[in-house]
Amino acid sequence: MKQSFGMNFVQALVYILFTTLLLSSCAGSGIFNRSYLDDADMTLSMRKMEKSEMSFQLYREGSAGATGGKSGGGCGCN
Amino acid sequence: MVRITITLLGLLLSLLHGFGQQFSIDSTKLYEKRTLTLEEANIVTSLYHQTGVHSAVTGGIGSEKLTDFANVIDLKLSKTVSPGIKHSYIAEMGVDYYSSASSDQIDYRVSSASSQDVRFYPSVQFKRENGLTGKTIGGNLAFSKEYDYTSFGFGGQFVKLSASKNTEWGIRTNVFLDSYLKFLPTEFRTGLPGRQDRKGQAGSSARNTFDVSIHLAQVLSKRMHVAITSDISYQQGFLSTPFHRVYLSDGSLKLETLPGQRLKLPVSLRGAFFVGEKVVLRPYYRYYMDSWGILSHTFQMEMPIKVSNSFSLAPFYRGYVQKGTKYFAPYKETEASASFFTSDYDLSTFQSHFFGLGIRHTPFKHLLSMFSISEVELRSGYYMRSDGMNAWIVTLHVQFRQL
Repeated sequence: MKQSFGMNFVQALVYILFTTLLLSSCAGSGIFNRSYLDDADMTLSMRKMEKSEMSFQLYREGSAGATGGKSGGGCGCN
Repeated sequence: MVRITITLLGLLLSLLHGFGQQFSIDSTKLYEKRTLTLEEANIVTSLYHQTGVHSAVTGGIGSEKLTDFANVIDLKLSKTVSPGIKHSYIAEMGVDYYSSASSDQIDYRVSSASSQDVRFYPSVQFKRENGLTGKTIGGNLAFSKEYDYTSFGFGGQFVKLSASKNTEWGIRTNVFLDSYLKFLPTEFRTGLPGRQDRKGQAGSSARNTFDVSIHLAQVLSKRMHVAITSDISYQQGFLSTPFHRVYLSDGSLKLETLPGQRLKLPVSLRGAFFVGEKVVLRPYYRYYMDSWGILSHTFQMEMPIKVSNSFSLAPFYRGYVQKGTKYFAPYKETEASASFFTSDYDLSTFQSHFFGLGIRHTPFKHLLSMFSISEVELRSGYYMRSDGMNAWIVTLHVQFRQL
């Protein structure tokens, strides 16, 4: 009985050690699942349509910039 | 002993399997294309039409009727030069055709319904993306030409993406070296040399612009991320419009005269939030101030709704409030003692509303076994300004991707 218990304890210890090393191979929890973030509608930059509309706003309004595009120059606009 | 050995061997094999995602050969990397390939192409075409009664060409009164037909095509080519290193080249060409009732009033002697012009504006951009370090560097060249305005532009950018891909920051600079060919209104063409008198040209002047933009984007959760952008823009040179008339309170007529320097400071906050499984909210806010005294607030909200896997509807609204420049005065309200003055309502105090609807379809329809139509989008909007200027715009975008 004693000999059997001793062998089972060593096996259990080895199992626990290798399981711990196994789990450490997974991706860290700081990386978010990006299925929502990578959606085309979730872009943080101006889309092509918005760039086209910004063109007339540069002429018809006095302000420009902070859109990811230019803040002035390149045209006879404001 | 045999049992221990077999057990240890089994555990060792399990361990290797567990770390397989890190050390196994990624077969996709063996097949990354090392040749320059066309990754994506976009065609954007838009039709814009406006009406109004405060044309700056005629001193703040008169028709502002204008129609613009704009077309832009861009091609993105990319090449993987080594594992994790990707080079991208983007070539863009834009052509605008516009007709304007007010431009025809620059020279009263020439009688026609409107004046037309074409503007074309090519540009090229290069980016080097290092997927291992998260760093991207790039540069761009731009050119723009219309009848009276020529522009040369260049710039560069640096972007750093964190290892977790949750944080990105970047800096971008642009320089525009422009030249404005001065066409004068009829009343100011006397005294010019013969040929210039007929066309009304009075030489050209430089207008230079220097932009620096920084941005920081941060993922807040698996359903939302935000970005803040701040620009500094400095312009110097000839910043007036040479054919804009200004009627003074004493009845005299002068050309628009604005300072030769302008510092612009816009800052914006943009977000994207996935609500439920079918709705996205994209709010945007910008605060703007400049050295001419213009202050503005811009608020925009777009709400894409996924009707099906390949269709989405996106209503949007943009509200804009502007406090005008101290140099603005309406028709015949500019004091004769003023040093700088304009009657351009684009620089006045006003509010505007812009709203509409976009429809997007992602068909992924194959073409010639080489490309797919990955996106088709149609968007229409109506613009209303408190001084009576109104406009509508319709835009079509088609995107092609290589299979």
